[in-house]
Order: sequence, then C-alpha cells, then structure tokens
Amino acid sequence: MARVFIPTMLRALADGNAELKIEASNVREAVDLLDVKFPGFKLQILEDGKLRSNIVVAVDGETSRLGLLEKLHTDSEVHFIPAIGGGAQ
Amino acid sequence: MNNMEASKFEKLRFVGSRPIRHDGLEKVTGQARYGADISFPQMLYGKILRSPYAHARIKSIDFSRALALEGVQAVVTSSDFPKPWLTDETGIDSKLINIKFSSNNVLAGEKVLYKGHAVAGVAASNAYIAEKALDLIDVSYEILPPILDVMQAIKVNAGIIHEGMFPYPESGLIASEFNSSLISNSTLDMSNHHQGDDSKYSNIAGYYIQEIGDIDKGFMDADVVVEREYNTGSVHQGYIEPHSATAIWNRDGKVTIWCSSQGHFGMRDQTAEVVGIPASDIKVIPMEIGGGFGGKTTVYLEPVVAMLSKKTGRPVKITMTRQEVFEGTGPTLGSYMKVKIGATKDGMITAAQALLAYEAGAFPGSPVNMGAQCIFAPYDIPNGKVEGFDILVNKPKVAAYRAPGAPAAAFAGETVIDELSCKLNIDPLLFRLKNSAKEGTRRISGPVFPRIGFLETVEASRIHPHYLSDFGGPNRGRGVAAGFWFNGSGPSSVIVNANADGTVSLIEGSPDIGGTRVAVAMHVAEVLGIPIADVHPSIGDTDSIGFTSMTGGSSVAFKTGWAAYQAAQDLKAQMIERASDIWDVEAGEVNLKDGKFNHSTNQDLQMDFKELAGMLNATGGPIVGRAAINPGGAGAAISVHIVDVEVDPETGKLTILRYTVVQDVGKAIHPDYVEGQMQGGAVQGIGWALNEEYIFDKEGVIKNPTFLDYRMPTSLDLPMIDTHIVEVNNPGHPYGVRGVGEVPIVPPMAAIANAINSAVGIRMNTLPMSPPVLLEALWANNGAGKVYGD
Amino acid sequence: MSEKVHIETNINGSQVEFLCEPRQSLLEVLRDVLDMTGTKEGCNDGNCGACTVIVDDRIIDSCLMLAVESQGKKITTIEGVAYTDRLHPLQQAFLENAALQCGICTPGFIVAAKSLLDREPDADEGRIRQWLAGNLCRCTGYDKIVRAVLAAKETMKNE
Repeated sequence: MARVFIPTMLRALADGNAELKIEASNVREAVDLLDVKFPGFKLQILEDGKLRSNIVVAVDGETSRLGLLEKLHTDSEVHFIPAIGGGAQ
Repeated sequence: MNNMEASKFEKLRFVGSRPIRHDGLEKVTGQARYGADISFPQMLYGKILRSPYAHARIKSIDFSRALALEGVQAVVTSSDFPKPWLTDETGIDSKLINIKFSSNNVLAGEKVLYKGHAVAGVAASNAYIAEKALDLIDVSYEILPPILDVMQAIKVNAGIIHEGMFPYPESGLIASEFNSSLISNSTLDMSNHHQGDDSKYSNIAGYYIQEIGDIDKGFMDADVVVEREYNTGSVHQGYIEPHSATAIWNRDGKVTIWCSSQGHFGMRDQTAEVVGIPASDIKVIPMEIGGGFGGKTTVYLEPVVAMLSKKTGRPVKITMTRQEVFEGTGPTLGSYMKVKIGATKDGMITAAQALLAYEAGAFPGSPVNMGAQCIFAPYDIPNGKVEGFDILVNKPKVAAYRAPGAPAAAFAGETVIDELSCKLNIDPLLFRLKNSAKEGTRRISGPVFPRIGFLETVEASRIHPHYLSDFGGPNRGRGVAAGFWFNGSGPSSVIVNANADGTVSLIEGSPDIGGTRVAVAMHVAEVLGIPIADVHPSIGDTDSIGFTSMTGGSSVAFKTGWAAYQAAQDLKAQMIERASDIWDVEAGEVNLKDGKFNHSTNQDLQMDFKELAGMLNATGGPIVGRAAINPGGAGAAISVHIVDVEVDPETGKLTILRYTVVQDVGKAIHPDYVEGQMQGGAVQGIGWALNEEYIFDKEGVIKNPTFLDYRMPTSLDLPMIDTHIVEVNNPGHPYGVRGVGEVPIVPPMAAIANAINSAVGIRMNTLPMSPPVLLEALWANNGAGKVYGD
Repeated sequence: MSEKVHIETNINGSQVEFLCEPRQSLLEVLRDVLDMTGTKEGCNDGNCGACTVIVDDRIIDSCLMLAVESQGKKITTIEGVAYTDRLHPLQQAFLENAALQCGICTPGFIVAAKSLLDREPDADEGRIRQWLAGNLCRCTGYDKIVRAVLAAKETMKNE
C-alpha cells in the first residue's frame, strides 16, 4: 500500500491524520479513494479534474512530471506540496 | 565522490573540457542581435504611460489629445484586451506566472497598483513623438493610500489592494476549510486583522505551512535556543539589457514577435492569453538575451506591441528605459521573517521554526513556498515548522530572481545557525556537518532526499586553503553559510541533423543566457564522438522546434542537455542502421566509437562519421535525430561560501578581502561556465548583501531608479572569486549534471553577515548591510557585541 | 520636428556622413541611423558602460555625447576592434577565458579594455579593475573578465 502524506493544512479534513496507507495504482486513484474516506478532500487537490495549479505531487522524493497519472507502487510515498508561487523554470 | 560513478565519467572525451562557445564570436564582435537590435522599414516606436501613484483608482483615460498629435498612430489601454478571465489552468510552465493577473500587470485595469504600473501604450513615427504623446494622455486618478510593507498590509484598515478577493483568512491551498487558529497561533500577530467593513477580505494572498515531528518537544529538548527577526528590502535582477519587444500583426491575423526572453514559448503563450488569440497564431522569434536571472520570464511589452501593431498595421517596437525596468518589471521580494532554532550542547539541532512573510508586490505569487522549503533544507531537522505568507503590497509584482525565495530565507536561517554554533563554541562548518541532510533524510516538507552532496561540499570547504588560512587583523572576520536549491526541469525538445560534411546542426528551444549552447552541444559531441566545433547549435523559434520550457530553475544543462543526449542517441541509432544497410550486416553488429562506425567482428568494415554522413542522401535520405522529453530527477544543488571581510569602523564600509564558492555541481559539462555561474551568483549576492535596495518614499515612489543610485557591484568592489567544484554525480542525468546557476546566490548575504559578526561582533538582521546601516549598528553597538535591531 | 544636421565623421577608419537631429545622442545615431547595433544601450544615463566607444583616443559613454559633437572626430566602436583577418587579442581572450555569459556588456568591456591597453600596456589587476569600474556586468562577477584582459595584455606585448 502506498503511503500518502496529508499536508498540514488538510489534516483537519482527514480526521487529523498525517499519513494514510492507500491501495492505489496511481495518484488519481489515491485521491479518489481519499475523497471517499474524507468527502471534500478531492476538491482541495483537484480543480476541473486536474491537479490544482498551486499544488505539486511528489512521489518517492521526486516532483512528479506526470501528476495524477504517476504510477504508485506498494511502497511509494506520495506528498502533496503546496506551490503558491515560485519556480524559476 | 562515488568511485563507480567516477569511473563511469572518466571515459568521457568532451564533457568536462573547456571549448570556446559557438556563439562567442558574434558576441565579442558586436554582431549578435539582442532584443532591441532589430528594426523594420515603416516601423513605429512605442512608449508606455506609467502611473505616477503607487495606489489609485483610474476614473477615466482620455487619449484624444495624444491621438491628435502629428505622428501618433495608435493608443492602447487595458480596454483593448479581453477582460481577463479567472482561471488557474494557464498551461504555462511557471507557476509564478498567473494569467488572471498578468493581463492587468501588462496594462492596469480599474486600479493602478504601484508607481510605474503601465496604463497605456502609444505608437508613433519616432520615440520622441511617442514620449510627447504620453504627456497628452489625460488620466483621472482617485489616489488611494499606498500599502508598502508586510506589517502595514496586515494592519486593520490598511485598505485592500484587490477588492473583493482573498477572503480572510485565505490560503493558497484551501479557502473553505481553512483553520483560522493556524494564523492566530502563528508568531505573526494578525489577531486584529481587518475588522470592520473590510473584514471579509485581506491582503494575504496565500498561506503555507509544513511541519515535521513535535516542535514544542523539540525546543524543550534544546540546551540553547536562538530566535531572531529579519527584514529585507526589494532588489532588482539588474540585467543590463532592458526589455524590448517588436511585433508585426499581419492582415491574416498571424502575429510575429521578436523579443529577448528566458523562454519564447512562455512569451507566446502568455501573449496569447492576454491578447486573446490562439497561441498557434503567434510566432515568437528569440533574440539574444542580455541577462534575465528570472526577470525575463513574464510578458510586459509583448501584448502591447502586438495590439499596437494590430491597430496600425505596421511593425511596432518598444524598448524600456532603465527607469522603466526598475519601476515596471519584477524585482524580488521584500520580507519580514522570524527564525528560531534549538540545539543540544553537543551541537545537534532539536527543532527549527520559521515564519516567512514575503511581499508579492501588486499581484499574488511571491515565491514564499520556495523559501519555506529551502530554509532548513540542508539539515536533518527532527522537529520543524515553517509557515509562509504571500502578502500583497503596492510595489511592482515580484518576478523570479535566481533561486526565488531562497536567498532571503537563507539570510535568516544561516545567521541563526551561525549564532548557535558560536554559542556552542563549535566550528560553524562542523556544526553544519553534524546536522547535515543526506540521502534518505526526511525533509520538513515531507519527501526524503535522493543522493545530494551536502556532506561532500561541507567537507571540501573545511579543508579548503581559504578556510585553513589566517584572516587575522583588527576589524577583520570570516563568515560561512550554506545554500540549497531544488533545481528544476521541464519539457524540452531537441533536433539534430547530420549534415553531408559530417557536421551536425542542433536546434534547441532553450534561450542561451550564459553559455548553454556549447554545454548542450557537448552532449551531442560526446554521444557521436565528433568534435564539439562540428556541432552547430541554434535556438529555434516557436514554429521551428517543439515546446521547451523556460531557461530557468537551473534547468537547461539538465533538461536540454539530456534532450540533446537523447536526440544524438536517436541520430546514432539511425546512422548505425544505415551503415548496416550499406554493409549488408545486422544493425546489432555495428558500433559507433570515437566518431567511427565499425563492425564488431569484420575489421574491414569501418567508416568515419563524416564518410557516412556524406552518403546519406544517396542511401535512403537524410537522417534527423529527435528528442522531446520532460525528465525528472533534476537533483538538488548545495553551495557553501566562505568570505573574509574587513569593516572600516569610521565609515561602515565593508571590503571583501577573499571569497570562495564551494558547490556540488553534479558534473561540470563545461567547467568555465560552471565557475562563471558560481562567481556571478556570488557577486549578485554580494550586491544584495552590501548595497542593493529599492528606496521607496512614503508615497511608494522609488527614489533610486538608476544604476547610479541602485548600486550594483563593479569590478573595483571585488576581489577574484575563487571556485571549488565538487562533483557528486546526479544519478538522474546521463552525465551526472545538477543545475548550477541559482544556488550560488543563496549563501552570500548570510556568509557576509556572519563575517561581520566575526569582525566586529554585531549580528545584522536587515538587508542591505550598506555603509550607513553598518555604521549605525557600530555606533549603537559601541563595541559591546550587541545584536543590531534588538 | 527639429531640423536635421549634416555630420561628417570617421567611424572605424571609414569616413561616414549622416543626418541627425541636434537632440540625438551618438548612441542613438550609431544604433538607429547607422544600424551599428554592436554598441548596446543599458541605461542611457552613463552608468553602465554598455555603449562605450572611443572618440579621439578617449573612452566615452556614447549615450552621453550628442551625435553633432562627433563632427570631425575619430570614433572606434566594437565593430572596428577586430583585425581584417582575425580577432583582436582582447576578443580572443574573452572567448578563451569564458569572460562573457549573456554578452550584452561585452562590447563595452572590450572597447574600454582596448583603450586601457593601448595607453597602458602594463596595466595590472588593480588598474584594470579601476579602469573597468564604469562598465557593469551582471553575469560574471568580473573575475573572468579581469583574467581575460590580463591574458590579452600578455598577447599584445608579444605582437
């Protein structure tokens, strides 16, 4: 099961959990499952079905280039990192 | 260095050498064409009318008198652009750029939000007439009180910069479920923020928090705790080339724009959004760029010249004056920061906490989250909490500036680290070593580090001759500081063509700001085994090469280097295929080594790269290699700076006696240009530390918008800048590259502040530490070792 | 519109005639009238040195000189620094020492450094730093520029 880390600001919504184990094949599925468990969670992460522009997903320590499509393995770590701005890219 | 990695890269023929750059000759002879160096017959010259006020409502704009002036062809205002829609889906590769606000930054909407905010554009037959026309545009303003810093922005009845936006409390992540106790618990006191009529809205455009462990317990476990407050002012990127853009809007609705930028695809897409036409109708032709440092990632002039050209049917060019560059383009943030770190007697950090409140300028989007993720990144922090606030003020919208957000944060974090190590009587580099983050360290933001080179960089600094030397003498001191930067990546496209004479032409989409053409070409030479001079790099326009993200985030040698590597591999595979066809053997039996094709067993079958290249057209047609990628694994950069200073107690003037930059670069493709980045970044940081600042008056007017009064370092202010390259290869790149450009601006301010403390026993907590500020601190201190600003 | 003035001057060894308005700077005329865009505009107020040219053996910021003042003068711009068959040692040294990154300040630096080495073939590091203090570079931190001028000095001595 993948370890999904809940951002500090969303923990209230996730019953105070900082980390949850989710059986999901990719990030989108993990978000869907979290939303079932904690209704409203998805709304904080997605907009129009896409990752909000102010959030990046990091999987296994690496900012994902695929976002919601990034595949998860049994021991994957998933982080949602807020990006209110920035990136000189 | 990892020995296996080292041996892998020892075999490289070209990577690591120092060839002359391909575009060098044009640049030393004056032939290279930069943004303003293009002109057309019948071209009109444009000028921008800018707001004299930092905050005002535009009641009306009447440009009839301007249009009546002989030679004036057109005037544009924001009403000529489609009303910007609110969307987060910009499709643009930088999150600093937010289209919903960039349109109103290009030309003001209902309000002007900073002194110098563009209000209207004029096109005329020459620049003198255009300038005269500006005086004939009658704008009626209702002047509003300006909001000029963080503390003022969060005060009761400060006024709201974006009316009806950013409900209080607002966060970048969640608006509805936000737990307001987070703010009241935070050390930034906003308990009485905006009560009364404005209570629904605020100037806080975003809030960010990250936590690890138990911060309270961490501080309880500490033997020593240091807590300090900091303020830094706005500084400008200071590129020498002012912004310039030229456009032709043709009768078929197609637009061509010539400009210098850090990414012509970004300029195209942003212009399309602001002007309201499909991006495919716009072609942006990149000119050489005269410096950017993050400041040339957003559109300012491009939509205006496009619209003026549409109205006049003629080419239109606008080049900013230096004053316009200072007043109208992105500086970096001013900030208020608070940092608290605790450690045990034996020098282990138990807890670290920071509050960063960054000025975004007139529109949301300071890089505070980047600062928040960088501030303690070099260290293994068991218990940590970092909060960031994105604060609106009536100053120019901040743009990216070299490692956006990180330098100010490091000024705060690294001076507290220094003070802790002083209090614990532990060598400051040893203190850093003890607490160093390494592969597997969990960061406060959550993810764990892959292979990084902090340990190696600190070790190299500890045994560097500079650090081992004596710096003694009255009023002399030494400081060190570390810096962290993520490094970026992004989409990148490269095409390589085998030419009949055995050369290879390389087309890339990354503008070359500091020698990346040669570095990218070296990847191709390495793969194909042909001389670097035989690879001819050029930057394609938006119709000639696939999408390529900005030259920024220290990404080009990584992403475009990698794309070139892959395109060369593609070319190589196809040429091997062709050789095998010609020789009538299996492709798997043909190799390319040192520029020669050969057969694995039949030694009679040999062909130079050049020989085969000359046969392509007659043996099936030309061969083109291509790659379009978006690679992950950029690999973080770490830098440690060592500086010796002397403070003149009479004048407060600080002299840099010696300066050394130690940096993990992964693998230096072209060491000269890697060193150049390290030196240049350090010197920008020295300027930020010692002299550079926007000086605003009470009305928010910038009093020093010239290079005379905005004092950047000159050759006379500096010694040679020593560099020491550490190579902890990045496993995520074919040759081990880590981005190098940004991290060297992160440590200098803290290193110099720490050196000042070493020299005269004063802890500085504001930037710049200019002679008058330092002198005042010396007087206040009176030699007693007190913290300035306490 | 003000009346244009007829000016005869010598630029890079060639006699040049042009018409300009009395208010136009030499920089404007070089760039906009003569299309010699090698001389760059960085500030237009004499503080960055990107527009440095040599006028009768003195370096000046061409943004601070009126074009009408160039009547009868001898002007050298970046376009006139290279020899017919090869680069000037300073240009070569800038390439070999990686003394440029973006390159926008490079023409001004090369012209200013040429003027120094023509006058003072033995200029040392301190003198070079002092002479070039009117030229701003934002990319390099000056290290490699100063090294390039020192290298060119040695080459020029042996020529």
